[in-house]
Amino acid sequence: MTHAADQAGRAQRPGDSPARAVLEPAGIKRALTRIAHEILERTNGAGDVVLLGIPTRGVPLAHRLAERLEQVEGHPVPAGSLDITMYRDDLRLRPARALGHTEVPTAGIDDKIVVLVDDVLYSGRTVRAALDALGDIGRPRAVQLAVLVDRGHRELPIRPDYVGKNLPTSQREMVRVLLTEVDGQDAVLLEREVS
Amino acid sequence: MNRHLISAGDLSQDDAVLILDTADELDRIAERPVKKLPTLRGRTVVNLFYEDSTRTRISFEAAAKRLSADVINFSAKGSSVTKGESLKDTALTLEAMGADAVVIRHSASGAPHRLDGLRVTIVGDVLHSRVARSNVLLLSTLGAEVTLVAPPTLLPVAVGSWPCAVGYDLDAALPKADVVMMLRVQQERMNAAYFPTVREYSRRYGLDAARMALLPEHGIVMHPGPMNRGVEIAAEVADSVRSTIVEQVANGVSVRMAVLYLLLSGSDQGDQR
Repeated sequence: MTHAADQAGRAQRPGDSPARAVLEPAGIKRALTRIAHEILERTNGAGDVVLLGIPTRGVPLAHRLAERLEQVEGHPVPAGSLDITMYRDDLRLRPARALGHTEVPTAGIDDKIVVLVDDVLYSGRTVRAALDALGDIGRPRAVQLAVLVDRGHRELPIRPDYVGKNLPTSQREMVRVLLTEVDGQDAVLLEREVS
Repeated sequence: MNRHLISAGDLSQDDAVLILDTADELDRIAERPVKKLPTLRGRTVVNLFYEDSTRTRISFEAAAKRLSADVINFSAKGSSVTKGESLKDTALTLEAMGADAVVIRHSASGAPHRLDGLRVTIVGDVLHSRVARSNVLLLSTLGAEVTLVAPPTLLPVAVGSWPCAVGYDLDAALPKADVVMMLRVQQERMNAAYFPTVREYSRRYGLDAARMALLPEHGIVMHPGPMNRGVEIAAEVADSVRSTIVEQVANGVSVRMAVLYLLLSGSDQGDQR
């Protein structure tokens, strides 16, 4: 999860700030379906693909993508989660946080094409941490990145392979991704920062 | 360096659960090809041991190294401490040398998670045990019902104020115990007048196969180590499938990793633990 998404993940008090829905449930559905097809195209049928979601909201997204891949190709595609907390570069700057769950599919990631899945791509620091974490688990043949929203403002040379929606933002804005599995509803909201 | 974990009794239930949840995730590191996390890279952890305790030190050392911290072991024996340096001066010296954390001889052992109503019986030398008191405090914080069983001579006077029951009859306690935790009889105490003979102690407070059979079917046997096989615990009990003694060692490393991580990461404005 990006720093922005962390901030955005905090409980929202109604009436706090004007939030604009930039993706509705149907839009999220279509974006994921399109990403699934792009993954199939790029990986020749996703035979060696392992989807790893970055907690919190990358994990349900990875499982949704896995479902779609299986529907189209007829074979199950392993999906799991990769917690990056212990690999963050800002551990000394922020209070200790509870760890997320890491669940690598039993087949492992060696020689597989790992597709990292996250909700929002922002600075790129989360993805950098995820690449370090992957290296300690195994040696994938390739690593790709799928995100539901790319909001720009990269601070590292990292780019996504699959993007649900490119969302030009100002750094004062916050992107909130809500998913049914975690939040009880699907939506992507753009909020002006509360002053 | 302004955060401390001094006593298991200082931990709230939330703190304890956070530590154990964190340990639970860190436990899986041991199964990976690279058993190391970069979290505490560049940090220095000093093990300051006033009393030798090899397993405790090794466990902390393993925990710190798995988090990529540098480890300095400092044994009080043959050091400035025996020359009369105070604990405060020693700590200041270590801090000046760049220590980010100082582990001062103390031990806390891993415990399972949802303990509401879990009945834990701790047996043996409570008086001299460093684990017993920590365990009573922490287990009761987590919701377990703790019973101590020991000869009266091996119970501290203050035990009446601990959050636990006290009994003297092991056979009566076992059928009601989900967990029985055997404490080590320390060799150096064996000749003192705490109990008549080792055999007598073993007969009344040792856990052999016949006694283990008194436990409920799901009951497990724990021991913080090191064991005196044949004294407080029979070899066949220690090696039985109901014994979790080896897991306790592995869990101890994970819990220590969790504590080091939670104490050492975060800003100085972080809440005190």
